[in-house]
Amino acid sequence: MAEGGAETSSRVVLETRDVSKQYRLEGVEVNALQAVSIAIRAGEMVSIMGPSGSGKSTLMHIIGLLDQPTSGKVILEGDDISSLSPNELAEQRNKHIGFVFQSFNLLSRTSAQANVELPLVYAGVSGAERVRRAKEALEHVGLGNRLGHFSSQLSGGQQQRVAIARALVNDPSIVLADEPTGNLDSRSGIEVMAMLQELNAQGITVVIVTHDDRIARHAQRVIRVFDGRVKAEEIVRDRVLAAQELAALSAEEVTG
Amino acid sequence: MNFAESFRIALRALGANKARSVLTMLGVVIGVAAVILLVGIGTGVQNEITGQIEGLGSNLLFVVPGQFEGGMSANAAPPSRRFTLDDADLLARRVPGVDVVVPVIQSGSIVKRGNRSVRVVVAAANESGGEVFSGTLAGGRSYRKSEVQAGARVVVIGSNVRDTLFPGQDPVGKLVTLEGQRFTVVGYYESLGGGLGGDQDSQVYIPITTAQRIFNLNYINTIVVKASDPSRIEVVKADIRRVLIPRYGEEFTVFTQEQTLGLLSDLLNTLTYMLAGIAGISLLVGGIGIMNIMLVSVSERTREIGIRKAVGARTYDILSQFVIEAVGLSVLGGIIGIIIGWGGAALMSKLTPVPTNVTPWAVAVAFFFAAGVGVFFGVYPAWKASQLDPIVALRYE
Ligand SMILES: Nc1ncnc2c1ncn2[C@@H]1O[C@H](COP(=O)(O)OP(=O)(O)OP(=O)(O)O)[C@@H](O)[C@H]1O
Ligand SMILES: [Mg+2]
Repeated sequence: MAEGGAETSSRVVLETRDVSKQYRLEGVEVNALQAVSIAIRAGEMVSIMGPSGSGKSTLMHIIGLLDQPTSGKVILEGDDISSLSPNELAEQRNKHIGFVFQSFNLLSRTSAQANVELPLVYAGVSGAERVRRAKEALEHVGLGNRLGHFSSQLSGGQQQRVAIARALVNDPSIVLADEPTGNLDSRSGIEVMAMLQELNAQGITVVIVTHDDRIARHAQRVIRVFDGRVKAEEIVRDRVLAAQELAALSAEEVTG
Repeated sequence: MNFAESFRIALRALGANKARSVLTMLGVVIGVAAVILLVGIGTGVQNEITGQIEGLGSNLLFVVPGQFEGGMSANAAPPSRRFTLDDADLLARRVPGVDVVVPVIQSGSIVKRGNRSVRVVVAAANESGGEVFSGTLAGGRSYRKSEVQAGARVVVIGSNVRDTLFPGQDPVGKLVTLEGQRFTVVGYYESLGGGLGGDQDSQVYIPITTAQRIFNLNYINTIVVKASDPSRIEVVKADIRRVLIPRYGEEFTVFTQEQTLGLLSDLLNTLTYMLAGIAGISLLVGGIGIMNIMLVSVSERTREIGIRKAVGARTYDILSQFVIEAVGLSVLGGIIGIIIGWGGAALMSKLTPVPTNVTPWAVAVAFFFAAGVGVFFGVYPAWKASQLDPIVALRYE
């Protein structure tokens, strides 16, 4: 466990207690999650890793307040969110959670700027402040020169960076990324991981969901799930630093 | 999120799908334009006709032979006995509170002058005819009492007759031929405009005695009575009945202006409502079109809804976004429909003899009906959108 680790405080941002999720498909019960208890601390970078179908996305949706567990509790910033209404959950997501999805999930025919403004729109931030904050977030991910571009006019890596800017713009407690590199070529993937590591270095809590061991090792801690259960939690010893990979890659390009 | 924000989002969505928005709107545009135009025609016709009748004065009573009950539709059998000039004289002597009693004959004929001729309605009355016929003399004079007594062959002509027979000339003192007899024109009327209730510009007015002679009649068609005091019209009516019953029993009818108007406006109202109903149906069809497109739009944008919910949109935010989209379509369609319907009505009364009158009332009703259609048909798709589970919406491909 990362308790007492150099970069992380001991404050728990998000916690699940015995969370289970069952789906009923044509009468057959599928246990997507069984008694999952995890805790994410402020400033951590954690990977949730497991093979396809192990329940990673289900878990991410539950800790992202997009879905409710069949049983068990989810505690966000000290508050049990089990009894919240859909509208209250929407407010909590808006305030505390930033999402990055495998398929980007940007609004089509909408500019990068407007996409990043979206969480601010629902937070009730308007006018110049909204424009400024969205612009800042986009500059932060290196897209200050692409504000007016539509999603369709951006590369996959750029689209994912817009999505990261959108996840950041509301100063969330936690950024959840589900297979953020899944739809990207390796270089764009590394860039996105570098971005997430950089954000984490600036103090933002990041959770990455992946089936890829190498991607998982960008985090400080890995939670391994298998068949809907937490099988192991371990500290990453030889952490992959995406910025170094990127530098190596550039060097290769120059020489090669 | 506030209303202005929902509004902006909805407008952007409509703008992103211009062709579809325009086509969807078209249903409402046509519906609203049809309502405005058809109700405009209905109201226009109604105003024109009631205006013409009211122009005659509200203190007139019309005595006609035969029994009429309830409706204006004459029973098919011809009245057994017709009135004579005597009856008119009798009423004039025996009914108190009366300004004038005017016996009237109306008949179609042709007036000739040289090789020109014009089809006319001959309206014959006594020297008081001018008090019960609408219209203003443009020149000359009406026929006099002495001319009525003598059965003189004098005629006052409508503007259309004048224009046809005496283009650009003063007709007074000139001769015309009517039913093979020579008549002297003594006056002519100003144009009243082509009305639907009979073209008064194509009438000619002659003394009633003369009419009886040239048409070889011993009876008259109608007796028009003008009461001195409009508020005592029912008393006058009762007196007329009292005087005529010994002679004709119940074989005659006295219409007051109010009755005539009431019957007509009932009829015209029904007509207007029918037109509005037909147009309303097309508006309804337009509304169903909106609902259809909104439903398509909701399922097409399932992913968008999921994204919005994931980043914090509440049920209300999604609901208002889609309702505003639907209402925006119908309101914009309504405004365009009003412009087209109004313009069409104005053009129509300019280019055709059909009078139209677009009242603010009709415009307001059409507009709010259109907006209502948008709300009504937009709420269900919007509600569906707002209830989408964010997970399902995000997983949707
Ligand atoms: N809506 C649903 N209805 C029924 N079963 C579901 C539903 N969503 C997920 N499941 C099941 O729950 C299990 C876990 O699914 P989940 O999507 O969480 O897996 P995952 O670990 O994210 O896999 P992948 O790496 O392929 O994304 C699977 O067996 C899946 O079939
Ligand atoms: Mg998954």
